[in-house]
Amino acid sequence: MLKTIVEINEKIKKGKAVVVTAEEVIDIAREKGLHKAAEEIDVVTTGTFSPMCSSGAFLNFGHSQPRIKLGGGKAYLNDVPVYTGLAAADVFLGANALPDDDPRNKFHPGEFNYGGGHVIEELVAGKDIRLVATAYGTDCYPRRKLESWINLKDINDAILFNVRNAYQNYEVAVNSSDRMLYTYMGVLKPNLGNAHYSTSGQLSPLLNDPYYKSIGVGTKVFIGGGIGYVAWHGTQHNPNVPRGENGVPREGAGSLSLIGDLKQMKPEWLVGTSMFGYGCTLSTGIGIPIPVLSEEILRYTTVTDDEIFAPIIEFSETYPQRKPGILGEISYAELKSGHIKVQGKDVPTASLSSYPKAIEIAGILKDWIERGEFLLTEPVAHLPGIESDITFKPLEERLITE
Amino acid sequence: MDISKRIVLHFPPHVTGQPVVYRLVKDFNLNFNILKASVSPGEEGLLIMELGGTQKNYDKGIQYLASVGVKIQSLSQDVVRDEARCTHCGACVAICPSGAFSLEAKTRKVLFDHNKCVICGLCVKACPPRAMRLYF
Ligand code: SF4
Ligand code: SF4
Repeated sequence: MLKTIVEINEKIKKGKAVVVTAEEVIDIAREKGLHKAAEEIDVVTTGTFSPMCSSGAFLNFGHSQPRIKLGGGKAYLNDVPVYTGLAAADVFLGANALPDDDPRNKFHPGEFNYGGGHVIEELVAGKDIRLVATAYGTDCYPRRKLESWINLKDINDAILFNVRNAYQNYEVAVNSSDRMLYTYMGVLKPNLGNAHYSTSGQLSPLLNDPYYKSIGVGTKVFIGGGIGYVAWHGTQHNPNVPRGENGVPREGAGSLSLIGDLKQMKPEWLVGTSMFGYGCTLSTGIGIPIPVLSEEILRYTTVTDDEIFAPIIEFSETYPQRKPGILGEISYAELKSGHIKVQGKDVPTASLSSYPKAIEIAGILKDWIERGEFLLTEPVAHLPGIESDITFKPLEERLITE
Repeated sequence: MDISKRIVLHFPPHVTGQPVVYRLVKDFNLNFNILKASVSPGEEGLLIMELGGTQKNYDKGIQYLASVGVKIQSLSQDVVRDEARCTHCGACVAICPSGAFSLEAKTRKVLFDHNKCVICGLCVKACPPRAMRLYF
């Protein structure tokens, strides 16, 4: 049995496509068997909602009168610095950017109340944002100073670009030191006081397509409540990691670069986020449809939390010092039970990725497709798979002596 | 004049093994009622208690605590959750010393039981979207 995306789209247009979420597909396949389920189901929707640090937005404000060349100058949005190494009216607002006068971790742990991710959320919420810029002035762009309110609806373009997200699996963080740690994996209590994990497990996009058989460059996705596309594989995309028999990576592996129109997005799905003692970021909602082109593709989507394993990594020494070694592997089913055993100790678990939001996203995407509002796209290129020669390189420092 | 206040004590690891509370009672004639404790020797710890005595002794007791490296924070009035801002991520669940957060098994939503909260304030900064708010 082989279906094509063109055939599935025809059904979507007629309102006849059978769409289920990556959670629902599990029971359906159990009941009907893989073969029958693959025949009946056209699309499986996935979802994830989590801090996605490599997020940012390209903005074009339009030209002021007289003109100012922001490129090579300095610009701030609500006091958060934006990157101005681009042309006259374009900037890049990174989710991790902080106001120059933010105390950061001067008094550890810093609070990181407001940063680039928060500006993105406020832009999307339709709030006015304060643009303050200085430039060096040229014959064609004479102005040197600009202060103006801007609003998402008035500027030419706002493009969300996330260079690495929807990570295929992620580590579980614990702390075996005697002090509290404030990390990108949340607050970790001393002496294995808690364990934090961060993927939506059986609902997560790339865990449902472990070998990138259907998700590729050009795949249309839900991002931040609007529509976007897979632009490329994400940075650090690394398909060549140990995998289980079901093909699911046993540690962080693939990742995606996603692009989308910020003007379509909604603040519920792009939430400015403060990681205590670590920094600011953006929690982003992503949903990816998986077309059931074959029984094999369907089988991958039936993966359950007890078949997905993540490595447990220690965060006081091992992670920061880039030391090898894990404290064990654990399934998402165990992680989601609320308690795991690490080195004989009972450790309470919690997630940084919101499963209720992931369910909601998979449901919205399902609804869009069922109502014929969202057609699938054929990828224009595959993501590098296990046949690629990608290796994940650390930075090997070379001393600068002159 | 006698006073009584609810305070949060943050112990650095080297102090957790010391009989700090005993000294408060013995040396400063203060009385106490522990509301919540999360301390084990050699680890950073947290103690939430009501501390009472004469104003003079109370002030001395607080001075003593500060001198041994204990960070003192007064207990605020209330902690509430901004339901619209909570993303149900779970970052608060395992760090709350009083177990005020729990997971609803079916939906995996994070429930907040206001009655169990001892208003220590830990979750306020640890909540990534800042949905937990302190009111004084
Ligand atoms: S950490 Fe904040 S957002 Fe996350 S579940 Fe707790 S209250 Fe909600
Ligand atoms: S303030 Fe937060 S962490 Fe402290 S007891 Fe209340 S809910 Fe738990």
